[in-house]
Amino acid sequence: MTLESFINEAISPWMLEDGPDKDIVMSSRVRLARNFANKLYPTSGNKEALQEVLQFVKHSYIDQDNSGQQPLAFLPMKNLNMIEKLVLVEKHLISPHLIKHSDYAAVLLSENEQTSIMVNEEDHLRIQVYYPGLQLDKALEEAYYLDDWLEEKADYAFNETKGYLTSCPTNIGTGMRASIMMHLPALVLTKQINRLIPAINQLGLVVRGIYGEGSEARGNIFQISNQITLGKSEEDIVEDLESIVHQLVEHERMARKYIYEQSEIGLEDRVFRSYGTLKNSRIIDSKEASICISNLRLGIDLGIIENISENILNELMVLTQPGFLQHYANKALRSDERDIRRASIIRERLNLKK
Amino acid sequence: MECQECHKRKATLHFKHIINGQEAKISLCEMCAKKKGYITYPEEGFSLNDLLSGLFQTEGLNLGSTGTAKANQPKHPQEVRCSSCGRTFTEFKKAGKFGCADCYASFGSKVEPILRRVHAGNTKHTGKIPKRAGKYIQQKQLISSHKEKLKKLIEEEEFEKAAVLRDKIRELEKANNHNKEAGGNT
Ligand SMILES: [Zn+2]
Ligand SMILES: [Zn+2]
Repeated sequence: MTLESFINEAISPWMLEDGPDKDIVMSSRVRLARNFANKLYPTSGNKEALQEVLQFVKHSYIDQDNSGQQPLAFLPMKNLNMIEKLVLVEKHLISPHLIKHSDYAAVLLSENEQTSIMVNEEDHLRIQVYYPGLQLDKALEEAYYLDDWLEEKADYAFNETKGYLTSCPTNIGTGMRASIMMHLPALVLTKQINRLIPAINQLGLVVRGIYGEGSEARGNIFQISNQITLGKSEEDIVEDLESIVHQLVEHERMARKYIYEQSEIGLEDRVFRSYGTLKNSRIIDSKEASICISNLRLGIDLGIIENISENILNELMVLTQPGFLQHYANKALRSDERDIRRASIIRERLNLKK
Repeated sequence: MECQECHKRKATLHFKHIINGQEAKISLCEMCAKKKGYITYPEEGFSLNDLLSGLFQTEGLNLGSTGTAKANQPKHPQEVRCSSCGRTFTEFKKAGKFGCADCYASFGSKVEPILRRVHAGNTKHTGKIPKRAGKYIQQKQLISSHKEKLKKLIEEEEFEKAAVLRDKIRELEKANNHNKEAGGNT
């Protein structure tokens, strides 16, 4: 496999499209949790119910007319090998939970990978729609469209007062989790993020790192999503989240300007050192790589570095994950082998034009 | 001070909770506090932390009430079990997950305080309704909003307009009963 075709595999086509505030907001996602009426949840572990749901989805929605919509491919988890599954997780198209419970699970995937519907995750259906930049309203609209299409063929578990019934009480009501992925290097550098996160939490939103473990936000990439799903409409949730994200974008822009004005040479030094590390290292672990990639992207955004695509952050964050490295190597790799492979794939990528 | 819920009994418990960043105080009698889910009893078997450790991996949660209280209540040795999926309430607490859509009804009022905590005190869905099966519910909500309007019209002594609206409500109600019989999801 050539590196170009491999990158194409790592980057979902929708990621390359333009979107509002794309220099800071990497993506918008809406996820709806839905269950069929009168079927035990996947969490019950009941194999018959799991099998029935899987068969029902396959027969009712695949190769059926879904006019005005992209065709969906049906991928049963048990037909995929471990590395293939890991790759889907690293592209955020399926959850790690789906891998752990692979036997009766599947994913319906649109060609540009903007839409995925997980089958037999914690709930029977998890509809997921991505948009580039800050476009939660569009993602919600698309998710509704899919939701209505799915509901044409089967009754959902729905209760007038509690809304959509889900396996976890944290999703009951709208069943919706709206989230935004953001690159906030300047807020981290100026340490403003430490006082912003508790303030955002106070508003009923959750902020967490998307790569790395615990509260660490590798590559300065944060995910912000709604906590509450009951008692607020989907539109209100999306609107509230968007307004917070707008404010964060403004804060990040101001912080970038501040850093640049405070010490242009200091910032250039930071960016070029990272660029040098990425271009020249022979062994690099994922933590160091993510720091350098974040700095490089900041340098591109601020015009310090030219002739490199701003998609580098998206690309390299995905390409340098363990699943992708092993997919590219076409074999399982130990962690020390991955660090070597990671360094080499980054060097190759930076040698490509654009 | 009287209870802010029933306005009958004396308020003995005072709670602070934060909704969307704003602190609100409420004073309740013990009975209402229990009914509204502000207090849970030890024999119902969970502490907030135990529950949340099963429910969340994220930190910095904004949890509804900060007050908890203890009370002397007889112990309930019987275990509640969902007859559809077989899950017990203890299993639900431990895993933090229901086993089926009936669990919610099976565990009844025990679930209410959990929802209240997780959703900043909210207990009622106000969002989307299934497009196909939810026609009955949608119409019902339309009817109840018309009824509110009717009340206002009568108060304002706009009797002619009120009469028109009343007939419309009757028509809608009649049509909607068909919806219900046609198998609308209630
Ligand atoms: Zn009372
Ligand atoms: Zn059940």
